[in-house]
Amino acid sequence: MARRSVRPVAVVSFAQSDMMRREEHRNDVEVLQPVIQDVFGKIGLTKDDMGFVCSGSCDYLVGAPFSFVQALDAVGAWPPMRESHVEMDGAFALYEAWTQLQEDDIDTALVFSFGRSSMSEIGRVLTLQLDPYYMAPLWPDPVALAALQAQALIDAGKYTEADFAAVAARSRRDARTNPHAQVTGDHSPEELLGDDYVVAPLRRHALPPITDGATAVILAAGDRATELCERPAWITGMDHRIETHALGARDLTTSPSTRSAAEGAGIGRGDDGAVEVDVAELHAPFAHQELILRDALGLGGTAVVNPSGGALAANGIMVAGLVRMGEAASRIMDGSARTALAHATSGPCLQQNLVCALAAEPAGDGRG
Amino acid sequence: MAERTAVIGVGQTYHKAKREDVSIAGLVREAAVRALDDAGMDWSDIDAVVIGKAPDMFEGVVMPELYLAPALGAVGKPMIRVHTAGSVGGSTALVAAHLVSSGTHERVLTVAFEKQSDSDAMWALSIPQPFSAPLLAGAGGYFAPIIRAYMRRSGAPDHIGILVAVKDRKQALKNPYAHLHIEDISFEMVRDSIMLWDPIRYLETCPSSDGAAAMVLANERVADGSSSSHPPAWIHGMSMRSEPTMFAGRDQVNPLASKECAADVYRQAGITEPRREIDVAEVYVPFSWYEPMWLESLGFAAEGEGWKLTDSGATALDGGDIPWNCSGGVLSSNPIGASGMLRFLEVAMQVRGQAGEHQVETVRRALGHAYGGGSQFFAMWVLGADKP
Repeated sequence: MARRSVRPVAVVSFAQSDMMRREEHRNDVEVLQPVIQDVFGKIGLTKDDMGFVCSGSCDYLVGAPFSFVQALDAVGAWPPMRESHVEMDGAFALYEAWTQLQEDDIDTALVFSFGRSSMSEIGRVLTLQLDPYYMAPLWPDPVALAALQAQALIDAGKYTEADFAAVAARSRRDARTNPHAQVTGDHSPEELLGDDYVVAPLRRHALPPITDGATAVILAAGDRATELCERPAWITGMDHRIETHALGARDLTTSPSTRSAAEGAGIGRGDDGAVEVDVAELHAPFAHQELILRDALGLGGTAVVNPSGGALAANGIMVAGLVRMGEAASRIMDGSARTALAHATSGPCLQQNLVCALAAEPAGDGRG
Repeated sequence: MAERTAVIGVGQTYHKAKREDVSIAGLVREAAVRALDDAGMDWSDIDAVVIGKAPDMFEGVVMPELYLAPALGAVGKPMIRVHTAGSVGGSTALVAAHLVSSGTHERVLTVAFEKQSDSDAMWALSIPQPFSAPLLAGAGGYFAPIIRAYMRRSGAPDHIGILVAVKDRKQALKNPYAHLHIEDISFEMVRDSIMLWDPIRYLETCPSSDGAAAMVLANERVADGSSSSHPPAWIHGMSMRSEPTMFAGRDQVNPLASKECAADVYRQAGITEPRREIDVAEVYVPFSWYEPMWLESLGFAAEGEGWKLTDSGATALDGGDIPWNCSGGVLSSNPIGASGMLRFLEVAMQVRGQAGEHQVETVRRALGHAYGGGSQFFAMWVLGADKP
């Protein structure tokens, strides 16, 4: 697979809405609009400065075809703009924008995503992701499928329910310093193990919240990035891979697609093979999935994982992956990290995974 | 600097009202296998897969690419799903093309599909939303008043739409993949067909089809060494533009996004006189009147003059100087998500000389076009036989 050295491209601004269980009074455009204003306002740009706009969303969340069409009103697509949309998490929209920025005809891109899961029964909507002939008619919901995966981890002797609770306890504690987080708390893993099972072996704390929210990121290339931002978060590599849809054909206790995406993204590894990054933001909707991702990535002991609280603190469908990109980049932009890894997932049981490597210094041959 | 990018393989399904012989996976695979065969490639040669389709409600499967990954040989590879309304087939091809032109990948498979018979597009397009006026009329109800505005503005006579409907259906008879093969199509048959959304008659409307389209895109190194029996079709220009649905300053008859998208793609391709410099075009015409409207918007005719080109026969495969939609166009096959990609694919076939009975003699350069939403999303490319 050909992979040239890349034109340096960086995250230069990031914004997100407060993540909440239910947006009672605002539609998608009204949730998005202040987020778009915020992401521009932070660096003093407007939509007219954007070379490209790319968004991610899912029609089924609000039960409307073309829900992204109205969302464009939050940007104000006039005069007409170069614009595209993926029916995927916004992290994949960021990937599309990043590839287009590799060509020299544009220097900036706005990426955004939005989702209000409260509008539907999200478990039923996500069940419709499954093979429509052989799986979906059985109506296994996403919690049931995740529970199969968690049980496989226990059966393989890799982890226990206490390990899942430890992930949840740490995530909720970390989320206390994240003003946008939906689920926070100060509980020990032992306390959390008192939760009821939702679907065994997953107790309430091991599940993501149902979230409404939106997020936006601005990318800039080369000198434009350093003009706009004191400490741009340079994307040194990015890749994503998908696995088969047939759950029975996968080893659910591992994530080979995450591992190969990390290799493709050029994530740095130490002599012992462990990934060396200061911060990792992992899109693990269920507590046990963070453990699978850590193992697949070979995350070493020094990395701070999900200081934002991760997807257990807020899990906007189509949003949470792009938020991971923004949160990881923010740690570089605020000077608290030199290197970061951001991960996004899609599909049942971590079927598709994207890995983005970020750093305080650009990589590549310095073109730009 | 962007890398030179070419189409080196194309494939499509036999489009029909109901493809009950295949699953969704079977449908997309049929097109993809044909594209790989044409490119002289196997699944393992492909670096990444880019798939597009219109709203998921058209089949009732949320993000169906997850389920389609193994059927398209994408396991272990990057896979992207594009959705930009009716223009999606074109946009999908452009996202795939940028994966090559940006130097990210060498060989990308791009696929677009719709299996409309699995659901009801009219229903899916017209679901009532809170605080929004329900259309309950599908696309035809939306576009009819815009067509009426064009007729009033240009003074076009009533029969122009009928001419387009007859011409495209006659051309479809030369395309074995087309959904509609109406052997005895005639002016009278179209004129006498029932009025659906005045001024759009039943036979001036696109059908509802099951179908898929696929292409293999490659960089210069791969295209130069391609074992395909047809030459590469090189991308000379590609562009996307969007504008809002509701905005008082919009001209929905001749949208600014359309004109700017065309200007951008012509600038890249070095085209200043589209009618003279483009040998054939496949343009998204889902309702007959959109041919004269796009003739003007795309610069083939002056404003208000497009219908005269249609009236004179200039856009016909048989005897016209700028044949449009030789494949029969969207009026003859409309698997919605794939309809835009079929326009992009058909011009690749023309440039590569593989269009069979509907081949235009000597094609050096060709325009592929798609639009969507409320006439607000545009995707275009210009392909050429020579390297750009």
